[in-house]
Amino acid sequence: MSRAGTGDPKRLAGYLDGPARTGSRFTFWLGAATLAGFAGVAALGLLVVPADDVQGDTVRIIFVHVPSALGAYAAFGLTALGSVMWLWRRSEWWDITAHAGAEVAVLLCGLTLVTGMLWGRPTWGTYWEWGDVRLVTTLILFLVMVGYLSVRALGGTAGSVATRAAVVGLVGAVNIGIVNRSVNWWANRTLHQQSSLTEGRLEDLTLLTLVLAFVVAAMAIWWMVMHRFRIGWLERQLADRDIHQAVRARRAEAGR
Amino acid sequence: MSAVRLEGAVVLLGRFPALAGADLSVDPGEVVLVRGPNGAGKSTLLHLCAGLLPLSEGRGEVLGCDLGADRAAVRRRVGLLGHDTALYGELSPAENLDLWARASRVDAAVVPGALGRLGVPERLWAVPSTRLSAGQRRRVALAAIVVRRPELWLLDEPHAGLDGDGRELVSDLMSEAASAGAAVVLASHETGPADDLATRTVTMAGGTVGADAV
Amino acid sequence: MGLMWRDLRLLAGDIGLIAAKDLRIEWRARTTLGQVLPFALLVLVLFGFALNANRPTLELATPGLLWMTVLFATVVAVQRSVAVESIDGAGRMLLLSGMAPAAAFGGKALAVAVQLLAVVAVLLPGVVLLYGAEIESLPLAVVASLAATAGLAAAGSLLGAVVAGVRAHQTVLPILLLPVVAPVLIAATRAFEDALGKAAVNGWSWVGLLAGFTVVNVALGAVAYGPLMEEA
Repeated sequence: MSRAGTGDPKRLAGYLDGPARTGSRFTFWLGAATLAGFAGVAALGLLVVPADDVQGDTVRIIFVHVPSALGAYAAFGLTALGSVMWLWRRSEWWDITAHAGAEVAVLLCGLTLVTGMLWGRPTWGTYWEWGDVRLVTTLILFLVMVGYLSVRALGGTAGSVATRAAVVGLVGAVNIGIVNRSVNWWANRTLHQQSSLTEGRLEDLTLLTLVLAFVVAAMAIWWMVMHRFRIGWLERQLADRDIHQAVRARRAEAGR
Repeated sequence: MSAVRLEGAVVLLGRFPALAGADLSVDPGEVVLVRGPNGAGKSTLLHLCAGLLPLSEGRGEVLGCDLGADRAAVRRRVGLLGHDTALYGELSPAENLDLWARASRVDAAVVPGALGRLGVPERLWAVPSTRLSAGQRRRVALAAIVVRRPELWLLDEPHAGLDGDGRELVSDLMSEAASAGAAVVLASHETGPADDLATRTVTMAGGTVGADAV
Repeated sequence: MGLMWRDLRLLAGDIGLIAAKDLRIEWRARTTLGQVLPFALLVLVLFGFALNANRPTLELATPGLLWMTVLFATVVAVQRSVAVESIDGAGRMLLLSGMAPAAAFGGKALAVAVQLLAVVAVLLPGVVLLYGAEIESLPLAVVASLAATAGLAAAGSLLGAVVAGVRAHQTVLPILLLPVVAPVLIAATRAFEDALGKAAVNGWSWVGLLAGFTVVNVALGAVAYGPLMEEA
């Protein structure tokens, strides 16, 4: 099957309902605003916000690390919700959404892990700290989501792929909570800094930058999920078209 | 009520439309012979009627149950003989049928009778099924259908791999079932013993069912 | 009420039927006995080589090595449990029988759990003999093993059904199963550290976590097995 995302839009336009694009006027401006936001966060975070008294310049990584961590769990939540909705209602819309969420979640999990390790090295003196509950949980989530995507790639009818993947999404969603609990009990010597946000330790400017980073991250996730959803939707339409052609070809085989 | 009614049934195996808009209607008491070359979609048609495959387009009703809504209800009421025997190789014929009877909530006391009816020698009843000959395993698979006494018999090449004796037995079983009011659909790609049994013959090609052949 | 009890009795009967079927097949095929158990013992020996036969290190690592081995055995046992249904279309019998999917799931998971218990029953004397471990609390070891193997079997059987009928199922199952059962490895290892007197932890509280994991995954299997059977 050809992938709509890599195809020539003009070639596809002939036999699809609606435009063969993944973008729209809205996503264009959303994307533009996201890019501007990235630039703003980078400028504020790298140039304007002062270095931390204790951690020095390394503190700046929180503007990437914390939003991507929250975003990873938000995207994963979308996958979990989509999985349940597929199993409950057999909603194709939710199935595509679940898939879109999973890809974004893998990306953001990866970003969270890399930035977490980069920050850990100068701060804790080690890239990986087993006592850090959130980082360990995120690694397990990353592996669960990689498994989810590998199930999606197994092939079969759209319905069977959706059901298999949805069960993996559901099992992952329920068990990631148990993973978090168990790692927490296991290593109740967590190194992760308590949320600086809730303790009000952050300076106003740092806080402002972090809030902006959250907003920009949310916009970026929204933009990615919308595009990925539309790719999935177009893929479905192409697959349906291929199947209709195959049905016609098979009937022709019989001269009917 | 028809035993089977399919209208424009499309069934996908992966991305391949094994059925490409099949129409079929079978009444109780009928013995319908489905003919056609290899790859015409005969086996898929039988599996669809057994409620084992999802309908991706078209409509289908088997024994009054909608295939789109409740395939599980269909499965409880049919008997299917496929290419494979659906027996657990490590279990003996008696154990396989006993399990089958209990799982389908049928009195397991009918098992010896069914095995006897299919002419499976008693010395083989407790032998692991893998050690049976292909013909004997096929007889055991047919005995499983007898155990259930289904309202719809779906038989894929039922005479294949059987000796003359066995072929006669299968033919007798089918006529008995039909006269008891069950519907029988059997698939075959060759002319043979099935021809005389059938009250009606249809031909499949390219995933569709054609008009009755002469 | 009466009707509910009757349903539960039928469900329990079906679970027993399927579990007995799988165990009988395993007993005759000698997969667990002839391959999984020797494999598990072999892993213990190889760990001994890998850790340079260093007594203190081995003793320290014993609970973790034991449960790591059980995890590997789970993958093998689940793959076998899935394969049993696909050979010669045998699983069609369950589908056509109209048995409740929850019963089929329960039966298959129960059979896997029994086999995993057999693995633990071989590994535990194994670590006593090979690594010089000493069992300080047998009840804790037994209860933790029961809870952990039940949880592994439940999660394994459900995810095994996810990959059933897929060509690449042998390679996909480990990446689906092993991350999800991380809590079992953590909790069972801690419980055994207590039971083998290796660390001052409260093993029984970890048994609670194992029980929670088992309950959650049995519930998931009871709900999600049906849709998977339909798609097979």
